[in-house]
Amino acid sequence: MSLPNDQLPDAAGNPPAGGPSRRSFLKQSGGILGFALVPPIAGQAEAIADKMAPASPIISGATNMSLNINGQVKNLRLEPRTTLLDALREYLDLTGTKKGCDHGQCGACTVHVDGRRVNACLTLAIMAQGKQITTIEGLAKGEELHPMQEAFLKHDGFQCGYCTPGQIMSGVACVKEGHAKTDDQCREWMSGNICRCGAYPNILAAVREVAGKQG
Amino acid sequence: MNNFAYTQATSTKEAATAKQADTHAAFISGGTSLIDLMKSNIEQHSLLVDVNKLALLGIENAATGLRIGALERMSDVGEHPLVVQNYPAISQSLLASASPQLRNMASMGGNLLQRTRCGYFRDVAFPCNKRVPGSGCPAQDGDNRNLAILGTSESCIATHASDLCVALVALEAKITLENAKGTTRTVPLADFYKLPGKTPHIENQLQPGEIITAITVPAAAHARKSHYLKVRDRASYAYALVSAAVGLDVQGGQIKSARVALGGVGTVPWRVPAVEKALVGKAPTEENFRAAAALAVRDASPREHNKFKVELAQRTIVRALLEVVA
Repeated sequence: MSLPNDQLPDAAGNPPAGGPSRRSFLKQSGGILGFALVPPIAGQAEAIADKMAPASPIISGATNMSLNINGQVKNLRLEPRTTLLDALREYLDLTGTKKGCDHGQCGACTVHVDGRRVNACLTLAIMAQGKQITTIEGLAKGEELHPMQEAFLKHDGFQCGYCTPGQIMSGVACVKEGHAKTDDQCREWMSGNICRCGAYPNILAAVREVAGKQG
Repeated sequence: MNNFAYTQATSTKEAATAKQADTHAAFISGGTSLIDLMKSNIEQHSLLVDVNKLALLGIENAATGLRIGALERMSDVGEHPLVVQNYPAISQSLLASASPQLRNMASMGGNLLQRTRCGYFRDVAFPCNKRVPGSGCPAQDGDNRNLAILGTSESCIATHASDLCVALVALEAKITLENAKGTTRTVPLADFYKLPGKTPHIENQLQPGEIITAITVPAAAHARKSHYLKVRDRASYAYALVSAAVGLDVQGGQIKSARVALGGVGTVPWRVPAVEKALVGKAPTEENFRAAAALAVRDASPREHNKFKVELAQRTIVRALLEVVA
């Protein structure tokens, strides 16, 4: 059953005025109420239970959400279309993660979600709830730098520094994945992070040093 | 992106029902294709149905071969021992795709539904018959270097962009679909995609509400000895100019069965049965590979800037075959 036009976002993408109406709520739940009046028959119980299960909520417009960032729970009120990248930079003042291309092509926005490297620009914040998110700000332990950060300093692994948080986050994961065992392997598995300054040889040296130490 | 609504489905039926109820709804799994398209305003959706809670996982040996749940991530499938050992072309096609970050996010089902990288499709400032039916195709006489030479029409020459699909089509994969009624059907992947013809906006035979639940690949000797070769402008992280997925079963110095499919050159993943037939019964020599590969491009229809693909496609097939027998 489709909703009438006044229950859909308008042409500019704004949510329906006044939120979901009584009419749309009843339309969605009508099936459930109808079946509640029918006595369950053995064998049909499962089919009816399926229909009795409440439909998952449809979230429209700004909504409360909780993100676990670097071990801290952050409560935000965001629209479903807000990316994790924008949540971090614009709403949480965690500007270490950079916006390079905003389309998943440069890797500057690389963060860890449940320990895996991903592009925050193509992740919806609402879908990152309930997961452990680690950003560049979460690598150091107080004043003690992460070994990858030490290595980037030692090997001069950056010039302008814009791609660097993404490179470091990607490098940490690359080593953990076991994908930095040789120079060629490391180049291939770091290829999702691009550097306009061309610091690649030094980035490679940094990541490979950490791999050598951590195995 | 437009201000879409969002819901998280907890069952396949719920997901399919929500999608069928709203013609402007879309499933979201990894989001790597969808969010990119929405940011470029190429697609707009009223509702995103998050399918990540659905029980569509598993990379396992099934009755006659491999079964992969549609929600498995590209990275996990690409490095899974079963896939690496028994279907290397599939593993290689996955690991040659995108970047590690994207592979960690992207689902197998989503990869199958990715859309073309044609520059005119991707830029809403341009007319495009695929994006806006009837508006025209500036690619025909425009910048068509990375566009198709096979399966083209006067309406559209956009290349199919997936590496995975080339390997899957070569190895005769099937996909399982489920609709809002809970009815399932299984379709050979090669039959799932539609040539552009006069309707380039219709890319596959998905019915309203249908969701891809699994991919199955038959076990075979030519799957075990398979290879994916991707030729591109850069050493990594770029789409294919031409790619080839090949598989050979060689016994007693003779090819018993062959599978060959091309990427980067077709409007859909392009299996080349003529090449396969020409290889069967022959010795696996470079000369025989070259003779067979020539059949792949007999019906090629290149445009001004992609003529090089006619020769490159043949050489890519030959090189891939040489690598699989090496």
